[in-house]
Parts: sequence; structure tokens; C-alpha cells
Amino acid sequence: MNWQSRGFIELCYIVASVLFIFGLKMLGKPTTARRGNLVSSIGMLLAIVATLLYKDVVSYQWIIVGSVIGALAGGLAARSVKMTSMPEMVALFNGFGGLASLLVGWAEYHRQWVLNSSPPESPLFTIVAIFLTLLIGSVTFSGSLVAYAKLAEKISGKPILFKNQHLANGGLLLLLLLAGILLALKPGAGGIYLVLLLIIAMALALGVLSVIPIGGADMPVVISLLNSYSGMAACAAGFVIFNNVLIVAGALVGASGIILTKIMCKAMNRSLSNVLFSGFGSGEGAKSEGYKGEAKAISPEDCYLILEAAQSVVFIPGYGMAVAQAQHAVRELGELLEKNGAEVKYAIHPVAGRMPGHMNVLLAEANVPYEQLVVPEDVNPIMGRVDVAMVIGANDVVNPAAREDKNSPLYGMPIINVDQARTSIVLKRSLAAGFAGVDNPLFFKENNRMLFGDAKKSLQALVAEFKEQ
Amino acid sequence: MESLGLLFFVFVLAVFLGFELISKVPSQLHTPLMSGSNAISGITIVGALVVAGTMDNSALTTILGTLAVIFAMINVVGGYLVTDRMLGMFKHKDGGSR
Repeated sequence: MNWQSRGFIELCYIVASVLFIFGLKMLGKPTTARRGNLVSSIGMLLAIVATLLYKDVVSYQWIIVGSVIGALAGGLAARSVKMTSMPEMVALFNGFGGLASLLVGWAEYHRQWVLNSSPPESPLFTIVAIFLTLLIGSVTFSGSLVAYAKLAEKISGKPILFKNQHLANGGLLLLLLLAGILLALKPGAGGIYLVLLLIIAMALALGVLSVIPIGGADMPVVISLLNSYSGMAACAAGFVIFNNVLIVAGALVGASGIILTKIMCKAMNRSLSNVLFSGFGSGEGAKSEGYKGEAKAISPEDCYLILEAAQSVVFIPGYGMAVAQAQHAVRELGELLEKNGAEVKYAIHPVAGRMPGHMNVLLAEANVPYEQLVVPEDVNPIMGRVDVAMVIGANDVVNPAAREDKNSPLYGMPIINVDQARTSIVLKRSLAAGFAGVDNPLFFKENNRMLFGDAKKSLQALVAEFKEQ
Repeated sequence: MESLGLLFFVFVLAVFLGFELISKVPSQLHTPLMSGSNAISGITIVGALVVAGTMDNSALTTILGTLAVIFAMINVVGGYLVTDRMLGMFKHKDGGSR
């Protein structure tokens, strides 16, 4: 058998595609997820090895140099990243995937350019595919970098808005499409290579401009969407080089990213276009009623007395838990409560944190068994029988205005109904509004108590109280 | 142009398959699913390898290809490892790791 034959390589690609499909399927179930990831990585290895068998691939020096550098950098980053920094890490990896697709599209154009010692006389289809690869790859790359910077707090997480923003973005997109048409229809025109470079530059700018108006708490949507884009970019690159495995893998990722995006939007009761274009949380238009009442502060000592008597406790973590790095302290308190005879659960809202599943990862890091993690639909019906609902650095996802106040920007968003628990305790630095800029009437309810201060310190104080007894 | 039709055929089927595969995923797996599928999107490494390894290239093609290999490799290796690390932390009540 000729190992370098096209047929054998294609066969490897088919097997790799099947492994990706099985891997993704297994990733969807807790019992098989880790093996699923392994299966999909074996598929990747197979695809890489098969590609090296191509008889066109003759020079290995740059492949080795690139692979070693990339593998070392990726491996090192993956080993050393803190779990609290996971959202920005995922955004960064995602951006690199987009960049790689962009470079492949550009290199392919350049190769054909050199080959013909003139503008590429490629079929129209290939040029269109190259254009799409450059467009999606660039937007993914620069958009992910902005998302990274926001998540890592290198730039402000607040929406950045300017006048006529939509007009500017729309105009840029129109220019891009015009340039794409020019590239496809006039491949021999003078200066056409400049048009290609302009396309890359404009697409990079578009990526930046479309992510800066999106605020920090909407990041779960943006990351999912950019994830989808990176798949589509790989898919487009597959059409450029006529390669099935790129198309299959890219399409799978594109579809899964879209589904995650939809789940995130649904959890906020907002449409995708509202998330992308409204600059939600910029303070503009988000008018709050200024809820009246007195928020009752509580000391850790009194809080301990309430918890000590509780039969059932539900923790509701939010982004504040990640900021305070309080996940280990939460788990410790949870274990002490269980020893004390209480039933302990962790209710996690789908958009709590900065990426889908952010809270789950942090609590898993702190060794919370995942059987204790519940979703809002499961905990809301029994909330009336819960003795203490403890909110740790979450705000908008527990705001009863979403249920009660038709004028609230949050109205209609599915929330965790902590106000229906016998007692709710909110761990928070101050009474400031949440990301959405909306006051939270929960703070002023009769059965609510505020435990002011750094979440981690407050939790450690409670743990100390329990241990003293 | 037959093969082109076939590519589209594969593309459409893969999109539908993707929607079917992912439609029901528990929220606790959202992050691993995202970073795991993110690693798969590093499949563009295949294109990068071809570009970087072909001989009759100009210098610029080789440079672009090598850069593409670097970034795709970061995406692939980093993505899979970080997903594995996360999933390794998801524990049972009895302490067993999955």
C-alpha cells in the first residue's frame, strides 16, 4: 500500500472526522466528557500525521520549528493558567485559531500569486473562499483579543460607545464586501494585492469595533459566538484548500458555538442582536426606580447563628466569587454546614460569571462534587422551603425586578428566586447596582440580610465561627 | 467542479450533525465543551502544515505558513490540555475523578 496515496490520506481524514464527532458527543455527558476530549485529540493527531504524508509536503524544518514553538507555548499556558483566568485563556486560544485560519488564507493566495507569477488565475470559487477565510479569521482574531483584554481587565469591561457606531460598523462591512467583489471579479487588476491587504486590515478593525460596545457581563455570549466564528473560519479555509476534514471539524465547531450562544441569550431573555448592538450596561437608558427601604446589615456572628440553625442552604455564586477567589472558602463553609446536618446545594445561573459554565469550573476546582450543583429550574420550585439562600457576588441573576417590575431592563430574564427563601443573605461590598446598572430590590426585602465586605473574608469569618463551636 | 458540490454536501451535513450533537448539554459542561470545541477549530493546522511544508514557495508563503503552524498548534495543544485539566477537576461525591 502506498502510504502517500491520496486515498489513504483521505481515509485518515474520514477516521479523524468520526473521532471528532464521537469526541464532541462524549463531551456532552459528565461521565464521558474527559474521554471524549481524549478521543477528539486523537482525531487531531491522526489528521496532523496524515497531512505530513502528503507528497507536496517535502520540507519539514519550518513545520518542526513552528510545531515545537506552538506546542510549548500552548502547553505551558494550559498548565499554568489559574482557573479564575480561564475565560481570558479560552478567548486567547480562540483568537489564535482565527489568526491561523487568516494566515492560511493569505498564504494560499500568495502561493497561487507566485505560482502564476501574476495575479492568481484561480476559480472564482476559491477567491470567494479565501475572502471569507480572511474576513471571518480576522474578525475572530481581533474580536477575541478585545474580549481577552476586557476579561483580563487590561481595558475597561464597560461598553465603549461612540456616536454613529452602528453606522461605522455597517459602512465598514459594506466596504469589505465591495473589496471582496473586486477581488473576485477583477483578479488581474493592478494593485489587487493591495485590496487583499486592505481586506485584512478592515476585517481586523471590524472585529475590534464589534466587540468593544459589549459589556463584561455579556461576555458569555460573545465568547460563545467567537468560538463559533473560529470554527467557521476553519471551515472556509477548508473550502480554500479543498479539504474535507477542515470543513467537517469547522462546521461542527461553528454549530456548537451557535447553540451555546443561543442558550446564553435565552438565559438572559435577550435577543442576540440586543446583546451585540445595544451597549447594555453602559448606564444609558438603564433607568432604575431607586427602590426605597432599608437594607439590613448583619455581622458574621449573627449570620453564623442563622446558618447554624438552617436545615437547607443554597449558595448562589456569581462573578464576585471569581473576583474574590472565594470558591475554596465557599466549599469549606458548605462542608461545615453539611456536617452540621444541613442540606447544601449550589444554584448556578447559566450566565453567572464571564463565560458559559464559569461557576461550575471554579467550584469544581474547589472540589465541590457536581451532584451538589443545580440549575435554576430545579431549585426555584423548592425555594420556599429553603432556610437560607446565600448570594455570593451575584446580583442581576437574583434581582426580583426581573419578575416584578415591568419597567426594569431586566424584566423577563429568568432568575434564581432567592427572595422566596425563608432568609436570604447577600455577600457584597456595597449596595451598588449590578452590571446592568439596575438597583436590586432584593436588598431591601424584609427577609434579606446584607453581609458587607470582601466575600472571601466574610466566608472565612463564618468558617472560623463554625470551627470555634 | 464535482468535488465542489461534494464539499458543500459534506458541509451541510456536518452543520446539521453539529446542531444535533450539542443540543442537550448540561450547563456544568459548557466551559469544557467550549474549550474542547475550540481545540477542534485548530484543525486549520492541516492547512498550515501544507503551506509551511511545500517547497516551491516564496519566502513570504513559508513565513505565513510557519506562523500559522505556531498559532494553530497553540490553539490545539493548549485547548486540549486545558480542557483535560478542567474535566479532571469535576469530581463525584465519593471523590472519584472522571
